[in-house]
Amino acid sequence: MDNRADYLKAERSAEWREALRKTMKNKERTAQLRVHMPEAPAQERARSYVEVNSGLTAPIAMKEASRCIDCPDPTCISGCPVNINIPKFVKNIERGEFLEAARTLKETNALPAVCGRVCPQEKQCEANCFYTIKLNAEPVAIGYLERFAADYEQNSGAISIPEVAPANGMKIAVVGSGPAGLAFAGDMAKLGYEVHILEALHEIGGVLKYGIPEFRLPNKMVDVEIESLRKMGVQFETNFIVGKTATIDDLREEGFKGFFVSSGAGLPRFMNIPGENLVGILSSNEYLTRVNLMGASRQGMDTPVMRGKRVAVIGGGNTAMDSVRTALRLGAEKATIIYRRSLEEMPARVEEVKHAQEEGVEFLTLNNPIEYLGDDKGKVKQIRLQKMELGEPDASGRRSPQPVEGSEYLIDADTVVVSVGVSPNPLIPQSLPDLKVSRWGTIEVDPETLQSSIPDIFAGGDIVRGGATVILAMGDGRKAAAGMHQHLQNAR
Amino acid sequence: MNKVVSKRQFSENVVGLDIEAPRIAKARKAGHFVMVRVDEKGERIPLTISSADVQRGTITLVIQKVGVTSRKLTALEPGDMVHDLVGPLGHATEVKKYGTVLCCGGGVGVAPLLPIVEAMKAAGNRVISVIAARNKELVILEDQIRAHSDEVLVMTDDGSYGRKGLITEGMESIIEREKIDQAVIIGPGIMMKFASLTTKKHNIPSIASLNTIMVDGTGMCGACRVTVGGKTRFVCVDGPEFDAHEVDFDEMLSRLNGYKDEEQKADQEYSCQVDKK
Repeated sequence: MDNRADYLKAERSAEWREALRKTMKNKERTAQLRVHMPEAPAQERARSYVEVNSGLTAPIAMKEASRCIDCPDPTCISGCPVNINIPKFVKNIERGEFLEAARTLKETNALPAVCGRVCPQEKQCEANCFYTIKLNAEPVAIGYLERFAADYEQNSGAISIPEVAPANGMKIAVVGSGPAGLAFAGDMAKLGYEVHILEALHEIGGVLKYGIPEFRLPNKMVDVEIESLRKMGVQFETNFIVGKTATIDDLREEGFKGFFVSSGAGLPRFMNIPGENLVGILSSNEYLTRVNLMGASRQGMDTPVMRGKRVAVIGGGNTAMDSVRTALRLGAEKATIIYRRSLEEMPARVEEVKHAQEEGVEFLTLNNPIEYLGDDKGKVKQIRLQKMELGEPDASGRRSPQPVEGSEYLIDADTVVVSVGVSPNPLIPQSLPDLKVSRWGTIEVDPETLQSSIPDIFAGGDIVRGGATVILAMGDGRKAAAGMHQHLQNAR
Repeated sequence: MNKVVSKRQFSENVVGLDIEAPRIAKARKAGHFVMVRVDEKGERIPLTISSADVQRGTITLVIQKVGVTSRKLTALEPGDMVHDLVGPLGHATEVKKYGTVLCCGGGVGVAPLLPIVEAMKAAGNRVISVIAARNKELVILEDQIRAHSDEVLVMTDDGSYGRKGLITEGMESIIEREKIDQAVIIGPGIMMKFASLTTKKHNIPSIASLNTIMVDGTGMCGACRVTVGGKTRFVCVDGPEFDAHEVDFDEMLSRLNGYKDEEQKADQEYSCQVDKK
């Protein structure tokens, strides 16, 4: 870690950084107000797949970047799971070197255009910004700036490909092409490994493709970043289910020396209440996969999707927000979030809740479904809801919802999307009986190296954490790359 | 991309395709299925593997024309490509020595039944197969089933071939005659429901291979969920075979019809397009 501190210090004392700091007094810097992200108008965007946040222009980005005071001890970095050199990229934006800013991002982050859009910065880098900690003011808009630099580079056509070490002759496999796998692949390719990503679906990207909708993260953004990895020599194989199409043993025989399992938490949870298998009730994974991966909302595509008039989404996470906003875009007249706690406890990002409200989503908080009622064809027609009140805080520190006796009532719904969480995908653990897993089905790993109980198998992302975030998965990918590199070098 | 190597027309609406997929051919066992996406605009559909040739590196899929995707698939010719093919998926059939096994296949369900008939015979069972179809035209794979069965009974609804009557009538006539230790049932949902009721009446342990709507086929979405023994199970990862007497077939049939309107509309639109060409 000392190396890291030395590196940051050396970078900070670069001549241009010294000079830039002197162009403006800190008082002037901190007197400026945080920029607002321009957005597509709620009325227009709620019925289309146009991206909601429209991004910053160059002058505005430069102005926002000038708010950053280039701290000697940049606490923001410790809030970033992949430890981006935040002041360096921000200062590059301030001086107008946007491509250099993008290159800085790519030193540690394989997917900056993605992270700038979907990271909960308010809980990470921006929560640790000097403004937040010391000035009790709005933090530098690090997420917006990251997105600006990444988008600028993508649009410039001058995309930088990180330098790759000479091939070391070792072949390694990545199981799953979501954010953890992509981050891992990027780091290992830089170290000279021959990296093969094996993906079960027909598209690369995991949740970035099937889960997060176009209006938050356009698929073409993800594809550009995947293309960069391809240029670094990473090989992709789709329609390959490790454990089924070939086992880990088969792959060992084919010469693979290490495996990174990043197969995610793709298994949807249901509530197991009466009527849950009626037609018209589906998991958010199914709903979003049909629309995002299979293109069900587009003309000429073969996959259909339920287009309800009254759509209820059960849950309060980001996936629930993505689902309910998708329902509006599929033509729902009424789209409702049903959540058993109150608005304050919602795990979804504040920004997503705000966007959903602006677009006309109705929020039924402190309500919980206890039964679904169907028509004579087995299609859902009504939901029996029970009102809830908040009791004492539970183990997670949140106040636990308690049912209110005698408060049951019915509402109409013709489509219900169940978004109450996911469990780790069991395919890999099932195919490896010796692999140590927790009672929740997550793979157990060494917290430092991310090595599993089987020495050549490392794991990270949601298959280790349960349902978490894109950036934590990417952080795991980087950590596992360091861990596996060490392991393979020692074994030589 | 996977290349179609050869094609066999069983009847006007039923086609067998041998498709290059060396890894799947090597890994598959009786009861496994694959997910297929025919072209870039295509949906993903599940198809059970009917047979495989490890030397040639091919698997055989038998497809009945019922909607847009199966029309596209049955129109493929040798040399054409299937855009995506993934598998083998699901749990393999539990094959062991049961004694006498009654293998019941309805319509195109005879194709996925074939590898199970083969495996059951190879495991030393006495195998009696009852294969049923609406009419003579739709009876498929009879010779192959015969090659691995001790006895075969062919039933047609209209009596145009074999014995006239429903599959359950054929099953009853065999159950009346001798002791059956295990039954395997594959076919359209409604056929599986009544075949299961028949074996339940006689207390014959039975497995049914369910064919629900699927999207990913890897346990990710729950589109394929069914109620088995009062519990929700995912056909793609927990199945596709379950204790037939525990399956809620009425719920399964209603879920299978969930997209009927969309499917019909898509089929009509597709027909118009094809006609214009």
